[in-house]
Amino acid sequence: MNLASSHGEAHDPHLAHHFPDAPTQFEAGKLGMWIFLATEILLFGGLFCAYAVYRANHPEIFMYAHQFLDKVLGGVNTAVLIISSLTMAWAVRAAQLGHQRALVRLLSATIALGFVFLGIKYVEYEHKWKEGLLPGTRYTPTAGESVSATAPAAPDPAPAAVPAGEASSIAHAARGPAGLAGEPADSQSPAAPAVPRNVQIFFGIYFTMTGLHGLHVIAGMITLMWILRRAVQGEFGPRYFTPVDLAGLYWHLVDLIWIYLFPLLYLIH
Amino acid sequence: MTTHAHDHPGHAAHVHVVPPPVLLAVWGALMILTVITVAATWVDLGAMNLVVALAIATLKAALVLLYFMHMRYDRPFHAIIFVASLAFVALFVIISLLDTAAYRPEMIPDYAPAMKGR
Repeated sequence: MNLASSHGEAHDPHLAHHFPDAPTQFEAGKLGMWIFLATEILLFGGLFCAYAVYRANHPEIFMYAHQFLDKVLGGVNTAVLIISSLTMAWAVRAAQLGHQRALVRLLSATIALGFVFLGIKYVEYEHKWKEGLLPGTRYTPTAGESVSATAPAAPDPAPAAVPAGEASSIAHAARGPAGLAGEPADSQSPAAPAVPRNVQIFFGIYFTMTGLHGLHVIAGMITLMWILRRAVQGEFGPRYFTPVDLAGLYWHLVDLIWIYLFPLLYLIH
Repeated sequence: MTTHAHDHPGHAAHVHVVPPPVLLAVWGALMILTVITVAATWVDLGAMNLVVALAIATLKAALVLLYFMHMRYDRPFHAIIFVASLAFVALFVIISLLDTAAYRPEMIPDYAPAMKGR
């Protein structure tokens, strides 16, 4: 109440004209942000649904393909995002208390950790690219030499008959679901279980989910850079910290989604 | 509610400053749970591995929501909005899974070999 009256005569530059007072504006902003976060959950929900349906029908593909993901890099990235969530939550606290230098430092740390996350993600993507572990017809695994020891090597059956080791896996992978029953004879051969068919769809799901998440990390970093610039200019303090608070909510949501992506993609047992 | 004159309780804006010990405790719990979720994959629990992984992830998500995102101190309406979105995603996923389970993919030769015998 005292805030509203004190802002009445001295026109708060942050108070939009259509709001009667700062608390109302703050609450409206927060409500809008939570509704936006709900739409983000729905956006990722579609991808989680695709994941669930495909995994329910093809558990063998997930058991096989997840071995190509680097658990260590994924775990480190999880820790990086959790630390960045701590610095972000602390930055909101610093803004609320008017700790100007701490706010600038914590926002900078959060952005830096975002860069670390993207850097590690780049290393992972580059490995997948080099090993041909890509979605759709781009799936051309060079299993064997470059793939880590945990990943099973190229399928053993009939190495003499096929000229190159890659030939068999490409042929199996590139074929779509055998719904038209064109050539069931050879696809039902007992050699098939070594490398399941349609592994490329796992990598389609992997790249779509982590890629969309990565875009969110980038969007969050751009937002935080904008917030940092305003923080450096001394715009935020106990009276006005809404943008820091809302950007923080977005950043935490990005962390939240990764908390699910990490076990679902990297830690399949 | 530690600091400034204008954010005392009863004020229209729900402002809560989370104290550092709480922030650090939540962060520590998140890190420990991350280690646990990795360690849980070394133990073979069969189908329970997925349940354990999702349960730990949900616990971590709840910690982030309640403390880092201030949901515990925030207006309940914000939590209702967010939980409603989760409920609709759950509905979406569950009905889709019920639908896909209603078909028999093993009728397509070699399409879903692991589904055989269900």
